[in-house]
Amino acid sequence: MPGPIRASGCNKAPPVKIVTLWTDWVVFFVLAALCTYIWRVARTPHLAVTWRKAFLSAPGSAAATVLAMFVAIGVIDSLHYRPLLEAAPGKEAVYAPETLSLLDHLLAAQREGKERSYSAPLAYVAFEKEAVIVNGEPRREYQRLAHAGNHLQVPEQDWAGDISRRCLVGAVLGLLLAALVVAAYLLLVSRRQQIELGLAWQRLRRGEGRYPVRTVLATVAVLCLLWGVVAQLAGGYHVFGTDRVGNDLLYVVLKSLRTALVIGTMSTLVTMPIAVGLGIMAGYLRGWVDEVIQYLYTVINSIPYVLLIAATVLILMVFIENNGDLFPTSAQRTDARLFFLCVILGMTSWTDLCRLIRGEVIKLREAEYIQAAQAFGVSTWRILSVHLLPNVMHLILISLVINFSGLVLAEAVLSYVGIGVDPSMQSFGTLINTARLELSREPAVWWTLATAFVFMFSLVLSANLFSDAIRDAFDPRAIHK
Amino acid sequence: MLTLEALRTEIYSSQGIVTPVDGVSLHIQPGETFALVGESGSGKSVTAMSIARLLPDNGRIAGGDVKLGETGLADLSEREMRHYRGRRIGMIFQEPGTSLNAVLTVGKQIVEAIETHTALRGEAARAKAVDWLRRVGIPEPERRIDSYAFQLSGGQKQRVMIALALAAEPELLIADEPTTALDVTVQKQILDLLLDLQRERGMAILLITHDLGVVAQVADRVGIMYAGELVELASKEAFFSRPLHPYANRLLGALPDVDKRGHLLEAIAGSVPPLNQTFAGCRFAPRCHSATERCRSELPAMYEPQPAHTVRCFAYAAEQPVALQERPPAEPSAELARKARAKAPLLSVDKLRVRFPIRSGLLQRVTGYVDAVHEVSFDLYPGETLALVGESGSGKTTTGKAILQLLRGTAVVDGVARLGDVDLMHASAAELKRARRDIQIIFQDPFGSLNPRMRVGEILEEGIQALRPEIDGAGRRQRIAALLDQVGLPLAARDKYPHEFSGGQRQRIAIARALAVEPKLIVCDEPTSALDVSVQAQILNLLKDLQRELGVAYLFITHNIGVVEYLADHIAVMQSGRIVEVGASGSLLTAPNHAYTQTLLAAVPRAKLEDAVPA
Amino acid sequence: MINYLIRRVIYSVLVLAGINLVTFFLFFSVNTPDDMARLQLGGKRVAAEAIQRWKAEHGYDKPLYFNPQAEGVGKLTNTVFVENSVGILRLDFGKTVEGRDIAWELGQRVGPTLAMATPVFIVTVGLSIVFALGLMLFRYSYLDTLGVVVLVVLMSISSLFFIITGQFVFGRLMAVMPLSGFSPPPGMFKFLVLPVVVYVLSQLGPDTRLYRTIFLEELGKDYVRTARAKGLSEIAILLRHVLRNSWIPIITSAGLLLPVLLVGAIVLESFFGIPGLGSFTIDGINNQDFSVVRAMVFFGSFVYVLTYLLTDFAYAWADPRVRLQ
Repeated sequence: MPGPIRASGCNKAPPVKIVTLWTDWVVFFVLAALCTYIWRVARTPHLAVTWRKAFLSAPGSAAATVLAMFVAIGVIDSLHYRPLLEAAPGKEAVYAPETLSLLDHLLAAQREGKERSYSAPLAYVAFEKEAVIVNGEPRREYQRLAHAGNHLQVPEQDWAGDISRRCLVGAVLGLLLAALVVAAYLLLVSRRQQIELGLAWQRLRRGEGRYPVRTVLATVAVLCLLWGVVAQLAGGYHVFGTDRVGNDLLYVVLKSLRTALVIGTMSTLVTMPIAVGLGIMAGYLRGWVDEVIQYLYTVINSIPYVLLIAATVLILMVFIENNGDLFPTSAQRTDARLFFLCVILGMTSWTDLCRLIRGEVIKLREAEYIQAAQAFGVSTWRILSVHLLPNVMHLILISLVINFSGLVLAEAVLSYVGIGVDPSMQSFGTLINTARLELSREPAVWWTLATAFVFMFSLVLSANLFSDAIRDAFDPRAIHK
Repeated sequence: MLTLEALRTEIYSSQGIVTPVDGVSLHIQPGETFALVGESGSGKSVTAMSIARLLPDNGRIAGGDVKLGETGLADLSEREMRHYRGRRIGMIFQEPGTSLNAVLTVGKQIVEAIETHTALRGEAARAKAVDWLRRVGIPEPERRIDSYAFQLSGGQKQRVMIALALAAEPELLIADEPTTALDVTVQKQILDLLLDLQRERGMAILLITHDLGVVAQVADRVGIMYAGELVELASKEAFFSRPLHPYANRLLGALPDVDKRGHLLEAIAGSVPPLNQTFAGCRFAPRCHSATERCRSELPAMYEPQPAHTVRCFAYAAEQPVALQERPPAEPSAELARKARAKAPLLSVDKLRVRFPIRSGLLQRVTGYVDAVHEVSFDLYPGETLALVGESGSGKTTTGKAILQLLRGTAVVDGVARLGDVDLMHASAAELKRARRDIQIIFQDPFGSLNPRMRVGEILEEGIQALRPEIDGAGRRQRIAALLDQVGLPLAARDKYPHEFSGGQRQRIAIARALAVEPKLIVCDEPTSALDVSVQAQILNLLKDLQRELGVAYLFITHNIGVVEYLADHIAVMQSGRIVEVGASGSLLTAPNHAYTQTLLAAVPRAKLEDAVPA
Repeated sequence: MINYLIRRVIYSVLVLAGINLVTFFLFFSVNTPDDMARLQLGGKRVAAEAIQRWKAEHGYDKPLYFNPQAEGVGKLTNTVFVENSVGILRLDFGKTVEGRDIAWELGQRVGPTLAMATPVFIVTVGLSIVFALGLMLFRYSYLDTLGVVVLVVLMSISSLFFIITGQFVFGRLMAVMPLSGFSPPPGMFKFLVLPVVVYVLSQLGPDTRLYRTIFLEELGKDYVRTARAKGLSEIAILLRHVLRNSWIPIITSAGLLLPVLLVGAIVLESFFGIPGLGSFTIDGINNQDFSVVRAMVFFGSFVYVLTYLLTDFAYAWADPRVRLQ
């Protein structure tokens, strides 16, 4: 449960109080585990060769770049804190009750720049007419927005010019940033390989070298370009419009990313230790242990997961209602619901991973190096941990990547049906759920759906492309079910 | 009839463009058997696939032509090519088990071939299929025609494949390692069948094989391939009486057999070069003891020192031939002076019986047992080699594993296996752990027997740590360095991973691992059957050296009679779980008593000319 | 083979028993019958007698798993678990909170769900196989690459977008189909077209891609080389050899499509207003009706287990090695 971490005890109250939510811990843990694994891979040639293959494909590495961007946004959104409200000398420092993230801070203008209701993307007036009194007469008019386009003197004339100027400036700035990245890469390469800058540039341009660096840098450039334009536009407008209560959709959709990332990774991770442990045991020990474990996952696998989730969410809601004292704040309730949703979603991928590992271990246990270890009288525990576990580790990461896109899609469907995350939580599912009703308005409010679509599609597409590359790099037969 | 004109085939792979076949020219007459011989990676199979244009999707014929009669096959459209496959060119492959469609009856598969290429339909086609099954020697063909592949034995499957390939009566049969997956007695039957059918129908056979023994038995002419090139082309008689190319020469010298007992084999150092490069000189030069500067910098052509006997080696060039160095004489001293036999056997196996439970019925209860090994008894004396010989399924590997106690829990093992004064079968866990120091194992597959995630140093250390806990870290490091030296690997190997080594080197690592605890006995389970002949010679030499130096005894499990003849002091012949004959190798090989031993020995193809072989 | 099938049947029964235990635990141990009674009777301040009465009405007034007061076997049988399980076996799922018989409701709602799921299943599997085979004919060409790109794009789009835009475009902009609703046959057709089309579209991506992988793997096998060496045409190889050998993995994945159909049913039915099992479940959740949700979990699992069993039977049909051994 979320708990404040006491900042170091100096007299002056620190400007923020750092808060680490449960799911934040998970995000940090995933990051740390990932770094450890990458470090290990780099030091183990056998693994490095295979993983390198995954990054050798151009779509795979481009997708990985895009994914990295989404993950970075998710991580920024996971650094939570409570700002200092007042810090008068001699008084106890008071912190705001609401928990903010670094992303909230960066998007303060979008977060605070609320409108009254709907507005179309890049609009400077509201979507619907409102009754106002002009010269003592009530009239229905499109009102200017509070936080968008109010720098325009004569909006009807200036709007188009302003938008084009912002696009152009954004593009130029974005490209400049991209050029900086490329320059930094070239400098690094020329330093490392002791070659001239010009040669390094030529090699990059022709796409020579072992890795598709060209693709990665091109992807970075495109991303810089897009974000440059969006950032420039966001300075004066609601780039993706606003929703019913006037929230900036850019802000909402960026907040949804973290939910998707948490669900996509945590679901696999929470149940991973059980899956790995049982899978290895079933595969290596065989006999009745195998029978019991197989029965267990057949039973769990035989309950349709939607219904299992529906049942669990229902039970959980009742449980929270009946045990209100365990969950004092709404944030904790939301977090608990997210956590259990992940556990139950993980249950379904659990059985798949367990079966995959069991199959792999059955193959491995006949491997002659296992028999050689037995001939040396190596203990069962050591065989399991030293010989088998490292040889199935890659399956865990692969299933993490492969399950990711499915879980993100599942979250949307479940939240849409009402058995996903808490309705108050920003997620793709809740976003689409609101979008559905908006489409049937007259005229239709299309931008909520469009925004959700753009972001969700690019997230899932890049995850799919990346998992394809990984599948191809590793034994394709073992993983394609 | 079939002509290859400077055939060049390219395959696109992650290592770039590989050229497994480069400038191969040859000619096959109607009715003759042409053997294309080479070790793995020589391009012989790709040559065969190029002829029928059955290359994988990433491969293509990049140059030259394949002519069947007057037609150039390389330029035909895929549709036209189909009329040649099956109809004019038949093919059989190495693995009859996987080459047949598992979910169609063999009859349907043969009928399909008949209906594709002849006018016969329905019942007539089926009758023809039955006829073919009879001709390839399938008993009860009328009944067997409705069988599935999994219901047939390995030899029968290959017979069905032959029927399938010949069903449309092609004039050329390409046989790609047709007997490699089969037992030696079955191999003889299949080869005899092929020769019979050839005589009967007058078709030509292109035989792809790595086995010089098979070549000597069935071929009319021989082509030797090395690293994508044809290096020697001759009639069988000319080739076996005097091979010209240094590679061919040493390949024959590397084959273990009874004549080479007591001498080291002619191992060829190094390995086949990767084929994604452009060669400046002779491809064999890096491994050739006679190579000169010219060999390394100039491309040799095919020279013809004798009529109809061509060879790609500068030693036979018209101008400035390179002088062939005499090979260093085989070490006569390699033979260990036969020590007097120790009085007590090191390993004494008595009435060993291994049974695997059969589960059946509704509840999958154990309803019976299948005897894998039945009342096997033998003695093995210190410092000697006992070969356990048999065909697949004879129980020889099971015997080895049972002695090593690797079957505890999966099979029911009875009998006694006494190593020194410990009965392995009834030893407690602690006693067994103590005994494992004295008995170790080397496996067949050099790729599967080393954990890919462990460094070589760690692999060697694990065994010492488990069985010799009294040795400290420094001692272990010392021991590992000594071991690597002993098996002929550089010290730097310690920090590398297994995948960085070739098959032969990996097998050296496996030997070092077994030696790490200084065992008195090593069970060698087919240690060379996954290796090429030249590498096999390296490993056999190493094993022999180690025996001389360390006095270690080998229980050598193999199906390869040549290796047995070369290496074994004593031989035990196994057939369906029983030892049918056991004795000193000299007497057993020259005067076998048991009928099975006689059949087995007679079936072994010898890589030399025999007067008795009918033309 | 008979033994094999009988064994599968027995195993399925055991699995059902396990499912029953797991779901019972889930429903009765996390929230006790007291909690349920309080929930249904409204609020925290409910008299103890009212709770007792409610429990007695619903047969929840006994111990959950073990009854120490009963005699002999009754210690085990005279419990909520056993009575509840026996009820489920007799297809007696109790009543909804509105007082309707759940078993009767299920019977009413199976029809519409089947009417939607059956065409989806058949069309999806059929089309996917056809498309995947088509891609095989052009494998490693630009057409194949393009096909794969389209498939990956298709499977990266949430089915929700298909539903919402489908309804918006066809139902509202073009107004060629009803937005939602249902009527028994023969009027059923026009209500089902849109959900079926939308649903097939969202499923086509993953399935075609899976079958493409299966076919590609089969094409690399030795028997295909044999078939080529016989001089068969590419189409004959695909249809007569590759497809037949691919049935086992195809059957497995088709069996796995069922859970997907169930999710689909829940989403589509609530969206298109089809009175099937999916919307029944959603209503149950919204009413916090434990009996309905528990009945649906058991019923869904039963269908699942039945499908797995059918898959086993289908293996025997597709593979002579299973059939004859």
